[in-house]
Amino acid sequence: MSATASTPVTDRLIGFIDHLRANGFTVGPQESSQIADHLATHALAPLSRVRLEFKTMLTGDRDQWQRFDDLFEAYWQTTGRTRSSARQTYSPDIRKPHRQAPVWQQHLSPEDIRQNGETPQRETLGRENAEGEASGRLIAATHTVSQKTDLKHIVDPDEIRAAEELALKLARALRYRLSRRVKAAKKGNRIDLRRTIRTALPRGGEPIELFYRATPAKPVHIIVFLDVSGSMKHYSRFFLQFVKGLVCSWLHSDAFVFHTRLINVTDAVRDRNSARAMTRLALMAEGFGGGTKLGACLGVFNRQYARKMASSRTVALILSDGYDTGSPEDLASELTRLKRHVRRLIWLNPLLGWENYAPVTAAMQAARPHIDHFAAANTLESLAALEPQLAQL
Amino acid sequence: MKTDHDIKSKLAQTGYLADEALGVALQLMLTLQRPLLLEGEAGVGKTETAKALASALGTQLIRLQCYEGLDATSTIYEWNYQKQLLAIRAREHDKVSASTIEKQIFSEDFLLRRPLLQAISQPESPVLLIDEIDRADEEFEAYLLEILSDFQITIPELGTIEAQSRPYVILTSNGTRELSDALRRRCLYSYVAFPDHQRELQILHMRMPGLEEVLADQIINFVQNLRKEDLEKKPGIAETLDWAAALGGLGIKSLSDDIDKVTASLICLLKTQSDLESIPREVVPRLAGKAA
Repeated sequence: MSATASTPVTDRLIGFIDHLRANGFTVGPQESSQIADHLATHALAPLSRVRLEFKTMLTGDRDQWQRFDDLFEAYWQTTGRTRSSARQTYSPDIRKPHRQAPVWQQHLSPEDIRQNGETPQRETLGRENAEGEASGRLIAATHTVSQKTDLKHIVDPDEIRAAEELALKLARALRYRLSRRVKAAKKGNRIDLRRTIRTALPRGGEPIELFYRATPAKPVHIIVFLDVSGSMKHYSRFFLQFVKGLVCSWLHSDAFVFHTRLINVTDAVRDRNSARAMTRLALMAEGFGGGTKLGACLGVFNRQYARKMASSRTVALILSDGYDTGSPEDLASELTRLKRHVRRLIWLNPLLGWENYAPVTAAMQAARPHIDHFAAANTLESLAALEPQLAQL
Repeated sequence: MKTDHDIKSKLAQTGYLADEALGVALQLMLTLQRPLLLEGEAGVGKTETAKALASALGTQLIRLQCYEGLDATSTIYEWNYQKQLLAIRAREHDKVSASTIEKQIFSEDFLLRRPLLQAISQPESPVLLIDEIDRADEEFEAYLLEILSDFQITIPELGTIEAQSRPYVILTSNGTRELSDALRRRCLYSYVAFPDHQRELQILHMRMPGLEEVLADQIINFVQNLRKEDLEKKPGIAETLDWAAALGGLGIKSLSDDIDKVTASLICLLKTQSDLESIPREVVPRLAGKAA
């Protein structure tokens, strides 16, 4: 790295790199000095060429590639607006109370809103301790009962946490699948020639002791589709937590919510701050509580995302009650296409656990033939029962 | 100082027409000696870029096709076990010590060089094409980072092998998996889009000089329109060339002449069942008509 003297040009350049960083580009000092060096050693080229050079050096993916031209013009030709909050960063030390978005409120009990809204962690803990000291046994008792209560009654933070843990367990059950990469192992189906020959040397090249290589387990990839339409309103809080559990514990998983539109929420769900995650989710799922167009939503997935995301190791998990306002034919054809992209298709239906419920809606009827595993998901128990079944898939 | 017109015109001599952005990217890659990551839809000519560059520079092209489960033995080096075993057997009665044999059979003669090792042990900088890097898994990506930053490879039995010359590295990706930020930061980046009307026409003329002006123009219009349709797999440049050749073979002089034949020949452009179904015979005149 060469120390470049501060000149008007380098100052402007540093300003430009700051400007890119403020817009979410990852540009390090290495890139900055590289550009400065490049400008210093090369004759000044026309602006269009310089723009392309900068673009090649400073962008990292398609999104940045597409945004770069506007950012470039905004800075060098001062056509852009000044960002009032350019210096404002999200510091983990400063805890701001997170406002719950109004759309979210109907899905949470007032208590939850208060908790998530003002002092997230502390209040929960305080309450827990108080109860624990007063009536330790009672908690255990209510806990077992609640395992059987319908999920729509669950608002207790303990149980929400239990949901997240359960999600972790399920994730683990799905986790172990064969990969194609081989590693040294005690037993395996391939001989590790390299090690075998090395150890055979002292014995005149006689391979007496054999070493093996095997394919170790590799995680599957999960894609979750969560129905957040009106009919699922009572369950969505719980399931969002469940989805959060699935997505966080995995290196490789994606999450979508859908009602009349399909929204990719992977980034929002990955947010470590649970309250912020929920707020972001709520904002993204605008129109939350409306109708459902599952067929159309899966169509969007098949066209836009499937090719990129799905592979032979993908398990698609649909959480929906099957009350669909779209046409069942659409749903069936989109499911057929989805099946071609993924290895397994699992449908969890919270209504299935209800007494006298039969999956007779037109959508459910159309979807049944395409589903590899169809199960109830209305109590923690029913979700826990899934674990061994998923492990066999 | 070379300008990008240099590399662009050199590429053009080999029959590859690069657009402005790609020309600049390749020029920067050559001057800065950094790897270049090319992204874009399948069929826009990413792999072709590397081939053309190699022949334009007059160097060797070393290609590494990535796939899932790719590991060190198939990318860097492997010992030639059969030869080693034979060598041990041949020396069985020579009364040489085990350590002498070991030294002999773990020498360069018994080393099978795989693409990455080959690339760094050339006397002249070759073009190293790492194709579809997104198909390889994360472990390989991490390993690749190491090689791309140091250009040296360590073999336990032989020691560290330094690069004799720095290869020009081109990585391509179709976006089946998100690449790590670390890899992206090491590389220059360029997004290759489908060519516009004028450039695709130039490509067609360059590759098929005998083609009539009117038909060529119609073909390009048709393909450009087709890419705007809602398709699973949009036709790439190679498909356009195939189709043009097919139309030539069928003796078609103009797209509006024989709709049936044109429709039948669409199998050159549309590669999935549902895409073929979505462009029925009735739609063809519309696409061709827009073309005319």
